[in-house]
Amino acid sequence: MIVWIVLFPLIGAVINGLLFASGLWKKALGGDEHTENSITNIIGCGAVLISAIISTYYFVQLLSLDPSERQIIQELFVWIPSGEFTVSFEFLFDTLSCVMALIITWIGFLIHIYSIGYMHHDKAYAKYFTYLNIFVFFMLILVLGNNFPLMFVGWEGVGLASFLLIGFWYEDTEKAYAGRKAFIVNRIGDFGFILGIFLIFFIFGSVNYQEVFGMALDASFMSAVPAAVITAIGLLLFVGAVGKSAQIPLYVWLPDAMAGPTPVSALIHAATMVTAGAYMMARCNVFYSQSPTAQMIVVSIAAFTALLAASIALTQNDIKKVLAYSTVSQLGYMFMAIGVGAYAAGLFHLVTHAFFKALLFLGSGSVIHVLSGEQDIRKMGGLRKLIPITAITFLVGTLAIAGVPFLSGFFSKDEILAALYDRGYTIHWIIALITVVLTALYMLRVYLLTFEGKTRVSDSIKRYIHESPYTMTIPLMVLAALSILGGYIGVPDFMGKVVGLHDTNLFEHFVSSSILIDNAKEVGHHLFGHWALVGFSIGGAALGIIIAFYFYYIKPSAPEKVAKDIEPLYEASLNKWYVDELYDYIFVQPFSYISRKASDFDIHYIDGSVNGIANIVKEMALTLQTAQTGVIRSYATLMAIGAAVILILIVLL
Amino acid sequence: MFYVFAALALAGALLVISFKNPVSSALSLVLTLFSTAVLFVLLLADFVAVIQILVYAGAIMILFLFTVMFLNLKPEALKFESKNLPFKVSVLLAVLLFVGYFASLGFKKGLSLINVSSSNLEGFGTVEGVGTSLFTDYLLPFELTSVLIIVAIIGVVAIAKKRAN
Amino acid sequence: MNVSIEHYLILSAILFVIGAYGIIARKNLIIVLMSLELMLNSANLAFVAFSRALGDMTGHVFMIMSITVAAAEVAVGLALLVSIYSHRETLDIDVLKILKG
Repeated sequence: MIVWIVLFPLIGAVINGLLFASGLWKKALGGDEHTENSITNIIGCGAVLISAIISTYYFVQLLSLDPSERQIIQELFVWIPSGEFTVSFEFLFDTLSCVMALIITWIGFLIHIYSIGYMHHDKAYAKYFTYLNIFVFFMLILVLGNNFPLMFVGWEGVGLASFLLIGFWYEDTEKAYAGRKAFIVNRIGDFGFILGIFLIFFIFGSVNYQEVFGMALDASFMSAVPAAVITAIGLLLFVGAVGKSAQIPLYVWLPDAMAGPTPVSALIHAATMVTAGAYMMARCNVFYSQSPTAQMIVVSIAAFTALLAASIALTQNDIKKVLAYSTVSQLGYMFMAIGVGAYAAGLFHLVTHAFFKALLFLGSGSVIHVLSGEQDIRKMGGLRKLIPITAITFLVGTLAIAGVPFLSGFFSKDEILAALYDRGYTIHWIIALITVVLTALYMLRVYLLTFEGKTRVSDSIKRYIHESPYTMTIPLMVLAALSILGGYIGVPDFMGKVVGLHDTNLFEHFVSSSILIDNAKEVGHHLFGHWALVGFSIGGAALGIIIAFYFYYIKPSAPEKVAKDIEPLYEASLNKWYVDELYDYIFVQPFSYISRKASDFDIHYIDGSVNGIANIVKEMALTLQTAQTGVIRSYATLMAIGAAVILILIVLL
Repeated sequence: MFYVFAALALAGALLVISFKNPVSSALSLVLTLFSTAVLFVLLLADFVAVIQILVYAGAIMILFLFTVMFLNLKPEALKFESKNLPFKVSVLLAVLLFVGYFASLGFKKGLSLINVSSSNLEGFGTVEGVGTSLFTDYLLPFELTSVLIIVAIIGVVAIAKKRAN
Repeated sequence: MNVSIEHYLILSAILFVIGAYGIIARKNLIIVLMSLELMLNSANLAFVAFSRALGDMTGHVFMIMSITVAAAEVAVGLALLVSIYSHRETLDIDVLKILKG
């Protein structure tokens, strides 16, 4: 029963929430904190673990099926029976959702384990695990739903969970504002998404995946649909993805979201929620493959995002902010792949990115934990000897994201670059290549400044440095192993042939069952063959690594000089190209002004009229009160007069 | 016959509202009730007439007299608050009277006192007739009035009880 | 003697009006209650008169109901009156106006 994958995190959240987070255990049942935390751990982590096991079970089931029929559908009940618009609660477990579910549950499980150590001293321990379980629940609904409304339920739900978790330490107003910003910016994307769903229903008369895609694949049906409409659907859905997956112009919430606890950043902003947009677009491949205009727009925005984010990441000094911008940049890569129609490549990068980005975030969390809250990399350094496990796993993650050969990132990035070039998007390929260089550069910078060289840590903190507990280091090691080995499920054919294997791209074959149209047109100017492209990407990575090595290891004083030489550029990059300030000026200020004016109007006029009516009634009541004299005689007199009047009226009429 | 007793009834009524002494007013009311009972007999309502004397003149007026004597009331002075009040009131009531008369004129069209010897007037006004009507057609109101009486008894006991202060 | 029904009705109306006058014009509470009885009595007269005119026993039955109600009402009224007198030592309805407002 697929529904159990979804239900277990919900049950965990409900139990943890009602019993522990609400304070019931402590206040009403007089329990102690130690058992509370232990039970919370077991329920919270256990729920996700059970979901992971069930997902794996169904994965094995899928493998035993014929590739053209790899899908399991389970319907629970009819949710909205409204004539033509009938929506049921039904789940679809095909190869695409299988991949997503496995990522969400297993990496989610690792992050739950990690959180046991990281949040150990936090007061709102149970609330944290409740929120995490709620998040996993909604994310699973998103990827397992079999129709658009259900996906949207999950979409909104993860937005909510993200808000709750980003603003987890809400006593600090700045952090609460970060949560609010995330939710609002997300909402803007959701607006486009909803419009897209409306348009889909309008054109296709249904919101169920099988029905809609079936109609969309039917050439005779589609000949009646204008191309502009398909483009519009694609673009509206893309707006939703822009919001959720932090592309230009709606990426501004992601860096601010670093205000939340680091495991939250790992789970939500590295592995899962931000990838929801990519999943959605892969699911809707039928639309995108039929609309070249939409594809061009997607790729262009994605390429620009990747480059812009990488340029900002170069100068940031907060370790988590670097990783945040890195996430935006890597998401750009995923969308570039999806934009050109190489859906499997994009998803492959999604998977590998989940591995190494989660690893990087958890590693940085370990560093922050060890340094008692320090996040500025200028105040770190020389930590490799002190916290070796963290350092080595972080190095693995860094090399993976940079695209060093034989690690997972290399295979996935390379496929994207190959797809860009082969399908004729040369300019975008060049931009992606430049971004490879920048990625390697900034990631190595972070590693070198944090772990190598002379230590710049303040003495008061240095005394307390010791390696993180097992609950934190074991997930790091597991993720490092995955970052190294995970790439081998998707080795491209031409590489596999070298060692005599055929059909090595297991991942692509698996996922292709769910991709209904894959327009792999190979456009002709093949200046460079496969191996040349690989050489380019390795060269780019190497260039980045060498530059970083020079600047930050060999000659640590060099960066400052360069920064002074190109000071305006440096300042702009450091200040995120002033995008937030621009948004504030254009949108936020006028809107606050209008809101204030509206509020004044409401208080003055509307409340005034309501109160005024109440006052009128009161005045009338006071006037009529004078008739209540209490003297019976006048009552009787009035009654007699009244009776006389009625009699006269009866006689007259 | 009618005019005699009608005059008596009117006289009694006028005396009720004129006497200063409450006891005298009560006795005048008794006179009015008796006269009305005779009028009932003239209307062939024997049973009702006897009931009127028994209950109304008998029980209710005795109750009044008991209360008056129990409270030991003194005759009041017929003072009115404003000089114009009785005049205004009289005018008002004269209007009522005229209207009532004209209203009753409307009934002239269909009604007149039916002759006794008509066949469908068997047992009209006798105990049998009243009893039959009371216990068949109007059983429910009958039961409800008994409830009403019980409520009244309870109410009276509750109100007139001496509070232990 | 040919007395038509209008005579009874006019008599009833006059008695009613006299009763109404008694309620409005007298100060003593007991007199007011007695005038009330007078009004009820006049209504009963009208009932019986119409019953005779229509040949229906309904009027008689209603008259009995009316007497019953009048009895109950007098009982309660007098109980209240006794209670008021023991409290306020007066039965002047112009003085008893706590229910003002």
